[in-house]
Amino acid sequence: MYEQISSNKIKSVLLVMFFAAFVVAVGAVFSYVFEWGYIGTVAAFVLVVVMSFTSYWYSDRIVLSMSGARPVDKATEPDVVNLVEGVAIAAGLPVPKTYIIDDPAPNAFATGRNPEHAAIAITTGLRDKLGRYELEGVIAHEMAHVKNYDTLVQTLAAVMAGTVVLLSDWMVRSFWWGGGRRRRGGGGGGQAGALLMVVGLLMLVLAPVFASVIQMAISRKREFLADANGAFLTRNPPMLASALRKIAADKNQLRRANKATESLYIYNPLKDIRSGRGLNALFNTHPPIDERIRRLEAM
Amino acid sequence: MGAIPLVCGGGFVVLLLAIVAAVIALYNRLIVLRNRVDNSWSQIDVQLRRRYDLIPNLVETVKGYAKHEQETFEKVTQARNMAINAGTVAEQGAAENMLTGALKSLFALAEAYPELKANTNFMQLQEELTGTESKIAYARQFYNDSVMSYNTGIQSFPANLLAGMFGFTAREYFEIELAEAREAPQVSF
Repeated sequence: MYEQISSNKIKSVLLVMFFAAFVVAVGAVFSYVFEWGYIGTVAAFVLVVVMSFTSYWYSDRIVLSMSGARPVDKATEPDVVNLVEGVAIAAGLPVPKTYIIDDPAPNAFATGRNPEHAAIAITTGLRDKLGRYELEGVIAHEMAHVKNYDTLVQTLAAVMAGTVVLLSDWMVRSFWWGGGRRRRGGGGGGQAGALLMVVGLLMLVLAPVFASVIQMAISRKREFLADANGAFLTRNPPMLASALRKIAADKNQLRRANKATESLYIYNPLKDIRSGRGLNALFNTHPPIDERIRRLEAM
Repeated sequence: MGAIPLVCGGGFVVLLLAIVAAVIALYNRLIVLRNRVDNSWSQIDVQLRRRYDLIPNLVETVKGYAKHEQETFEKVTQARNMAINAGTVAEQGAAENMLTGALKSLFALAEAYPELKANTNFMQLQEELTGTESKIAYARQFYNDSVMSYNTGIQSFPANLLAGMFGFTAREYFEIELAEAREAPQVSF
């Protein structure tokens, strides 16, 4: 487990560095295309620094408000909070804050930069549709994410990927509206200028794809590990398997999920939108549910 | 002075420093593991105390609806007092067993009084007690996990050499056979 924790911490640093380089590169291309000189690149660099700090300190709050979660305590949700406290004791962690999302689709996620500042959110659907020990199994899975510092990497990635998507979206739009004029009017070294334009466009188009692929690469192995560690916490793998079955069988769609946050959930909330076959399989944030259930039942 | 003896001397110093650093790192790691064991042991106690604190309230609530079940009340109160005053770990384990059994009878009794079952205070206490029993089980589990990590730490090479020198001794597992304080029904739905 300790190897996983240090690996995650290293990956977080690398992730931030990679995204920083990526955003600065996009900013540089952008400023060349629009002939802003160095201002564009510097602005991109400043943006990245601000983004990195904000992501680190506030990522959990950002993610929680994006998903419409509300905080609960012993008075409002004693059953759920008791389960969270119990699992936290089993894991030897401080008790994370508990949140509830009002949604009939059963799902859950964990967030936070370290175990001392963690939060676990579950939907009302999960609370109502699972038995006590199944719910405990899901909470244990999320607690395992917290303990492994998965939440640090995944939340950082979610906020940064979201920002990259937003940025490239904005750039494409302003390119469409503003760039055309400059192309006709001004300099650029003829062919070289046109080539860079193409590269710029390519980057803008590929940016969201890039962001997604990075999110994927770090997510799938982690889900297996969280399943295993969660089951170890409760010493009750069949209950987690049973919970996953129920969650997979549920027909409801989680209302407030999007591409930025989907990898944080225990079960892919955008599952119906992409199939698990062929090239699409590369873009799955979660491993196939059957494989997860099979591994749990083999324990 | 020639270059070779200087390099050798330098190399030797570096090696020595590296060994000292490794010893410090190992020692600190054993300290962390041992403190975790002590901390998790006291965590068990915290949960046990919480359980003892909940019981008088529970007994009073049930008495309000089922005045004549004196025997059950006395069993619970007696078992609680024995558990609080238990000396050794073995005594406490036995007292805990008794208390769990007495509480089971108390809750079984409540089944016969629908007004009691519906009472919000009673339901809250029941949930709290179930939660606390689960936490006691988890606290013991974590204690055992901590002991395992610590014992493995002091028995592995090369830490075992240090362990003898600095007085790190193995800790005991919490192995008392308890009545199932936390039921994990393997029911298929």
